[in-house]
Amino acid sequence: MSDATATEYGNEAQFEDYFALLKPRVMSLVVFTAAVGLLVAPGSVDPVIAFASILFIAMGAGASGALNMWWDCDIDAIMKRTQNRPVPSGRITAHNAMVFGLWLSVISVGMLAITANFFAAGFLAFTIFFYSVVYTMGLKRRTPQNIVLGGASGAFPPMIGWAVVTGGVSIESLLMFALIFVWTPPHFWSLSLFLNSDFTKAGVPMLTVTHGKPTTRRYILGYTVLLTIVSLLAAFSSIGGPVYLAVAVVMNAQFLLGAWKLLNRSEAAAEADFFTAERKVFKLSLLYLALHFTALLVEAGLRALDLNVANWPQVV
Amino acid sequence: MEFRKDHEIHTRRFRSNVMLGLVLCGFVALIFAITISKMMGGATMVEMEASDHVLRPQLLKDTQ
Repeated sequence: MSDATATEYGNEAQFEDYFALLKPRVMSLVVFTAAVGLLVAPGSVDPVIAFASILFIAMGAGASGALNMWWDCDIDAIMKRTQNRPVPSGRITAHNAMVFGLWLSVISVGMLAITANFFAAGFLAFTIFFYSVVYTMGLKRRTPQNIVLGGASGAFPPMIGWAVVTGGVSIESLLMFALIFVWTPPHFWSLSLFLNSDFTKAGVPMLTVTHGKPTTRRYILGYTVLLTIVSLLAAFSSIGGPVYLAVAVVMNAQFLLGAWKLLNRSEAAAEADFFTAERKVFKLSLLYLALHFTALLVEAGLRALDLNVANWPQVV
Repeated sequence: MEFRKDHEIHTRRFRSNVMLGLVLCGFVALIFAITISKMMGGATMVEMEASDHVLRPQLLKDTQ
């Protein structure tokens, strides 16, 4: 084997590289929230249809991930966190990532239309469009509000799951949307507090880059207060209940406390302990969302077993 | 006669091809499962066959 051959083939795309284009970690969140949306919805669907629908929603999310990696390959190459992605590392060409993303979009939307209904499929198409075109191509490099508005694309999956069963939208699915939508900014901003240098280098106008860290800390607290309201509101809807309320009270108290601590930290103190508190809030935010959706699932299970509390107050 | 040992790239490509093959087989199986569940529409096989005009002894026994 000559060295020339090694260089030529050593970087060839493997199956795993195409899988990495789908952003598997984001996809796992989409699978989970879409599944909860589908399971808590009133009515039921055939288990095969439910499984296939979630798979196609995940495939659509993967498609937008691939399109995002195609468009962002220039800034991905600059940021340490994303340098090893298949496109910036040269294992997959940007063109191939785009073609792969487009085909997956077509297949996932088409298959969801056949499997579930046209409304859910249209919603998935809109979500892919929103993430790839509105967020990735439009907002991400232009405004520090990129995360706020872009968060909508990550918040649609439970609504799509709901739409698979009901064929429409309702206040409960909007509440699940609102929960992820309002959760996204404090989640990402706590990340950007300790990954700021990456975003500065790539010229992505994150709030930490454009308005500084003290402002970002204030915004995190503001959004956490808003998130608490949305989270508690969902407890008093037809998908909420005492289990959900208990989880919401504990998690919101912790998140608020974390955000309050972040507000009162100086940059010197944060740098001195390598952003321990910021990392803690970021990790807490992940647990926050996971537990909220798990609680919704538990409530749905209790309702199915007729173990729910009768006359649970519903304000929405 | 001894065959030449495969180049490393060929074993890697083979692995990728097998994985892709499995994904495609899975996709075919999924479409088949969707088709069956759509056709059945929640009904059992006996109910499905009851709409058929070929009368089979097994069907009679099941419906009796």
